[in-house]
Amino acid sequence: MSENIIEVRNLSKKFKNHHAVKNISFDLKRGEIKGILGANGAGKTTTITMLLGLLTPTSGSIKILSTDISKDRYKILNKINFSSPYVDLPKKLTVRQNLFVYGMLYGIKNINKKIKSVAKELDFENLLDSKVGELSSGQKTRVSLGKAVINDPEILFLDEPTASLDPDTADRVRTFFEKFCKKHNTAIILASHNMEEVTRLCDTVIMMKDGRITDQGSPNSLLKKYGKKKLEDVFLKIARDKSNS
Amino acid sequence: MKSIIRIFALVVRYFYLIKTSFPRILELMYWPTFQMILWGLISKHLTNSNDTAVLIGGVLIAGVLLWDVLFRSQLGFSLSFLEEIWSRNLGQLFVSPLRPLEMVLSLMTISFIRTIIAIIPAALLAIPLYSFSLFQMGFSLMLFFSSLLITGWILGIFIIAAIIRFGVSAESLAWGAIFTLAPLSAVYYPVETLPEWIRWLSLSFPQTYVFEGMRDILFNNNFNLNYFLKSVALNGVYAFIAIIVFLVSFEGARKRGGLINTGE
Repeated sequence: MSENIIEVRNLSKKFKNHHAVKNISFDLKRGEIKGILGANGAGKTTTITMLLGLLTPTSGSIKILSTDISKDRYKILNKINFSSPYVDLPKKLTVRQNLFVYGMLYGIKNINKKIKSVAKELDFENLLDSKVGELSSGQKTRVSLGKAVINDPEILFLDEPTASLDPDTADRVRTFFEKFCKKHNTAIILASHNMEEVTRLCDTVIMMKDGRITDQGSPNSLLKKYGKKKLEDVFLKIARDKSNS
Repeated sequence: MKSIIRIFALVVRYFYLIKTSFPRILELMYWPTFQMILWGLISKHLTNSNDTAVLIGGVLIAGVLLWDVLFRSQLGFSLSFLEEIWSRNLGQLFVSPLRPLEMVLSLMTISFIRTIIAIIPAALLAIPLYSFSLFQMGFSLMLFFSSLLITGWILGIFIIAAIIRFGVSAESLAWGAIFTLAPLSAVYYPVETLPEWIRWLSLSFPQTYVFEGMRDILFNNNFNLNYFLKSVALNGVYAFIAIIVFLVSFEGARKRGGLINTGE
């Protein structure tokens, strides 16, 4: 964990009258899992969407794997991936067909073998020939995560990855990501409201409020700094502190 | 090579949609065949044994079939794109290494496949039903078919640019926009039939030259190269403008966050 694979500097996004992200800067190292915490509307999803290149920043710079994504984002797109509740996979295609199409888009060799291995790891082998539209929301989330790791990404962006999962499945998914990151040295940016998840998975945490970074550090350092026992209490203190507004 | 694989991947995605749904295949073939039968009957009613009148009947059927090439080409292009909007899949696609122009090329390919599925059965059925073969136009048919296909794609690009810009509220353009061009495209009558003051507009459309050329072949057995070249040149100009409009619209969506928010 030394090399910076994401460098965000003075990033801002303004929509007409709303300043969604205000002058934020942070780094992500190879293999690091960084959580982005914040209340609804804090700017988490906007930040991730800018990092993915789906949204153009108003100002500031983003370097991913040493590439300025405002200049050549296509150079790095086969090395990243994401999963978000704001997008779906085509409902009329089967899980296998969807993964096959995305496998091709990411240039995966031996796609069928890869699909089987991903499905086994995320426990949806029995769903491969079901249409995505027929799956429960928890099953859809697992399939979406399968799509997110199909290219063994160097950086993974996860927006609320376990929001619709039952506790057992959510735990299995977290275990999967722990193993996946160790195996591939993958870095993750994780936006979540689940404090247990963040405490368990994340090496570092960014706290956001009203588009700004109000604090950042390791979960332990934040607990120590705010004199709290749980990250949720830190989150609540920051979210309710008017001086941060 | 990687680019071709990505284009092929998206074609496979759209092909899965057609392959897995028999009603979709039937729907593709139904309207062109229905139109051909209807117009065939109308022209049969209007004609008698007079050779010229029979020829006019053939011209009407050819007009119906070739207009449907244009319509199906545009519709196949736009609807395939709308599938991505309806399934909220645009964000996933544009986080993958897929380039916007690769998507356009894959939409063109699937539009070609859909148009063939739609038109061939109707064209074949016209032979036993009305003793009219569109294929009697020979090689020139292929040239005109290609020109109409490209015009349909160009219209499709303008329509998806509007959908990216204005969201799903613009989706009705995929079904309706082309019909505003029909009266001005000289599909069933020559350009001279139009009022003089609007002929310039008709002559600024590539498809007008295809339909004029079609009549020249059927009436005079003459392939008018000039008509074909004009349609190609106009397609080139409009294709250039359409690509620019699409790319501007795409970049605009990236500024507004439209790529991740556009959906049902």
